[in-house]
Amino acid sequence: MEKVITLKIDDKEIKAQEGTTILEAAKQAGIKIPTLCHLEGLEPYGACRICSVEIERRGKSRVVAACCYPAEENLKVVTRSPKIDKIRKTIIELAASTAGEDVAGEMRALASEYHANLSRFRTGVPNEPTKCILCGICVRRCTEATWDSAIGFIGRGANRRIVLFPEKAGTCVICNYCQHVCPTGRITSIGPDPPFPHVDEVLSGRK
Amino acid sequence: MATVECISSPEDLEKFRQEIKAKREPSKLSVSVCVSTGCVALGGLGVMQAFKAELDKQGLKDKVELKETGCLGFCEQGPRVTIYPEEICYLRVQPEDVSEIVSKTILEKQVVERLLYKDRASGRTAQKLEDIPFYKYQLRLLLGDNAKIDPKNIDDYIVLGGYDALAKSLFKMTPEQVIEEIKRANLRGRGGGGFPTGSKWETTRGAPGEPKYVVVNCDQGDPGAFMDRSLMEGNPHSVLEGLIIGGYAIGAHEGFVYVREEYPIAVENISVAIKQAEQYGLLGENIMGSGFDFRVKVHRGAGAFVSGESSALMTAIEGKVGEPRPKYVHTAVKGIWDKPSCLNNDKTWATVPLIILRGAEWFKRIGTKGSSGTMIFSLVGKVNNTGLVEVPMGITLRDLIYKIGGGIRAGKKFKAVQTGGPSGGLIPEEYLDLPVDFDELAKVGSMMGSGGMVVMDEDTCMVDTAKYFVDFLLEESCGKCIPCREGLRALSKILNDICEGKGKDEDLKTTEDIAETMRDASLCALGQTAANPVLSSMKYFRDEWEQHIGYKCCSAGACKALTNYYIDPKKCQACLFCLKECPVGAVQGGKNQVHWVDQAKCVKCGTCYEVCNFNAVKKLSAEPIPPPPTKGTKPIRKRK
Repeated sequence: MEKVITLKIDDKEIKAQEGTTILEAAKQAGIKIPTLCHLEGLEPYGACRICSVEIERRGKSRVVAACCYPAEENLKVVTRSPKIDKIRKTIIELAASTAGEDVAGEMRALASEYHANLSRFRTGVPNEPTKCILCGICVRRCTEATWDSAIGFIGRGANRRIVLFPEKAGTCVICNYCQHVCPTGRITSIGPDPPFPHVDEVLSGRK
Repeated sequence: MATVECISSPEDLEKFRQEIKAKREPSKLSVSVCVSTGCVALGGLGVMQAFKAELDKQGLKDKVELKETGCLGFCEQGPRVTIYPEEICYLRVQPEDVSEIVSKTILEKQVVERLLYKDRASGRTAQKLEDIPFYKYQLRLLLGDNAKIDPKNIDDYIVLGGYDALAKSLFKMTPEQVIEEIKRANLRGRGGGGFPTGSKWETTRGAPGEPKYVVVNCDQGDPGAFMDRSLMEGNPHSVLEGLIIGGYAIGAHEGFVYVREEYPIAVENISVAIKQAEQYGLLGENIMGSGFDFRVKVHRGAGAFVSGESSALMTAIEGKVGEPRPKYVHTAVKGIWDKPSCLNNDKTWATVPLIILRGAEWFKRIGTKGSSGTMIFSLVGKVNNTGLVEVPMGITLRDLIYKIGGGIRAGKKFKAVQTGGPSGGLIPEEYLDLPVDFDELAKVGSMMGSGGMVVMDEDTCMVDTAKYFVDFLLEESCGKCIPCREGLRALSKILNDICEGKGKDEDLKTTEDIAETMRDASLCALGQTAANPVLSSMKYFRDEWEQHIGYKCCSAGACKALTNYYIDPKKCQACLFCLKECPVGAVQGGKNQVHWVDQAKCVKCGTCYEVCNFNAVKKLSAEPIPPPPTKGTKPIRKRK
């Protein structure tokens, strides 16, 4: 039998099973914490950092990702504050530097909510907008559905992107697992738009 | 290496040590040649070959022992050769010097003066290592034995007391006592975080799950730092012994050594060390008859800076791409394959045997109250003496830079020192008397890191420096989380603009916004600390940022787009130096004619500035360039 712990989220006392994350505990209590790279059923990934919240532990305050941080006894969590709002706004603006202003879905909604200026860091970025924030939901869903992902990450740092493995493309179009989970609306029922480049096109430098 | 039966008890180890000692005459001449990375790059292997040939030729092969040893840190003065028992230290030795060393020093017991260290200021020479100012103020607990040890010969390590600490741990101490000793010694992680080592061990020992792992981090990738590899190259058994003791204390039977593939000597030496320790019964099953089993694997890292981060390193050991993962549950509890895994830097592991043998009290007497022991710094940049220095914690930056480093090169003025690698902070002159330890560095916005220390002089631009480190980290970020990946990309764009004279007033605010978001919200320590150089540069050198943005002026003359080179006709002696050295032929004039720079051709590489002996080349920023002198203007000769 798992232990039940008590924590405080936004001054609300909440009981949660030990081992749940702050995000799950908040959700059970009806408190919404925004996410972009989180999808129920997938392992927490911790990449978008939009779910950043402030916690207080042993008198010290720090910012953590709610999707990964385990709920602890007596933990105090603040999900909205000027500091948190500014972090979320900046993250959305930064993500838009490559994704572009033309995003839809959850990211569009969050941009409005946090008054993010999606063109703030767009100036002087030469590349075409990718409409992708590399949240990895599609990649992780694909791995889960096919056990042998048809898409995957390539490159490090600023060169990181998602590519299609052509020899495995046959496994694609069957499961539709990646559709409608994309937080920027890049992947719809007609597939990703713009499409993912083929891995060999990227490796040979053509794309 | 002697052939030996398996060492099956501590008494065996001592007996074996006495046997090696008996075979070695203390008065026997011995030549130790450094074959570590720095000296090899400067020709150390050639020196080694020359010694072999010369000793053969002179028939001294049996009388003189020739030893390949590790790094002593003064790499800029390499290749280094030490002659025992007199401990004569020769620097910058080349193969053609070898016959003179053999015939003079070895046969006639005379010193070859020209190969000794010569102090730049006093002109005095130093025969022994400890007489050289660079070494005089050091306390070399970890690197000290490197000159006496052939890293590929376990006997050398054993003779100096090696594996005694392991015997003591296994036979006289319980695992709990070992942890208690490390805790009492207040040993803190040498990889940079400064986390108390004993507590980390205790956490892993107490964490649920089997098997447990112990791991050595030797993935150092900071520009300008090389202490981890030097230690691994020069004294691999000290790291290995520490690791086995840690395994015993924690209850792990398997260890990993994570070394970069780019450090071939380190990879080879630790692999050889593991094999030899296994042959001797000091590693493997039933170590020294104690019943404790322990095995070690070498994992060669593919060379990503971010793989030095603990969770990324462990992901890499699992065979995946070395990307960090959220570690609100510490890797000490859930690490490799989600099993409790204790990761320490190789310097931390190498310190363990010293503490076990000499005791926590001895260790605590070295260093400061909060940070015990010594730390190895990689002192580089614009100081006279560069290299690896091992000093007690708490030494001031001033002592490090001026006493050991010999002050700033070419009599220039000190501007800043960056500690802790690419994500450390820039520390200005006002904090030069700061005692260097984990806590003090954090107070001024920098960190210990793994011990990088880059000294900068008045010719270094602090905006350009911030740009350099941001660009480095942009290359090395794994790209998983948005604040780090996109934050660095945006910072790089802004900083490059500022350095090119395209900075805008709002850039300061934007930079702060990005830097703070990265610090608070990034996934791993790389992103969280990546903004340190930017934030500290803005904090301590804000005037330079404002000059760049407001006046398009780089007072250090480092930002190419904002700088022009100009030759002062009153000072130019028409020596033709810069004219010949200029790679694009931009310097005009000629013999007995004052030189001048053709601005249209100049690529601002700074060569003329570097080579001028008369201080005639000036860097101008945000000021008009005076017209060139009329053709044929004669130089105003300096009186002799």
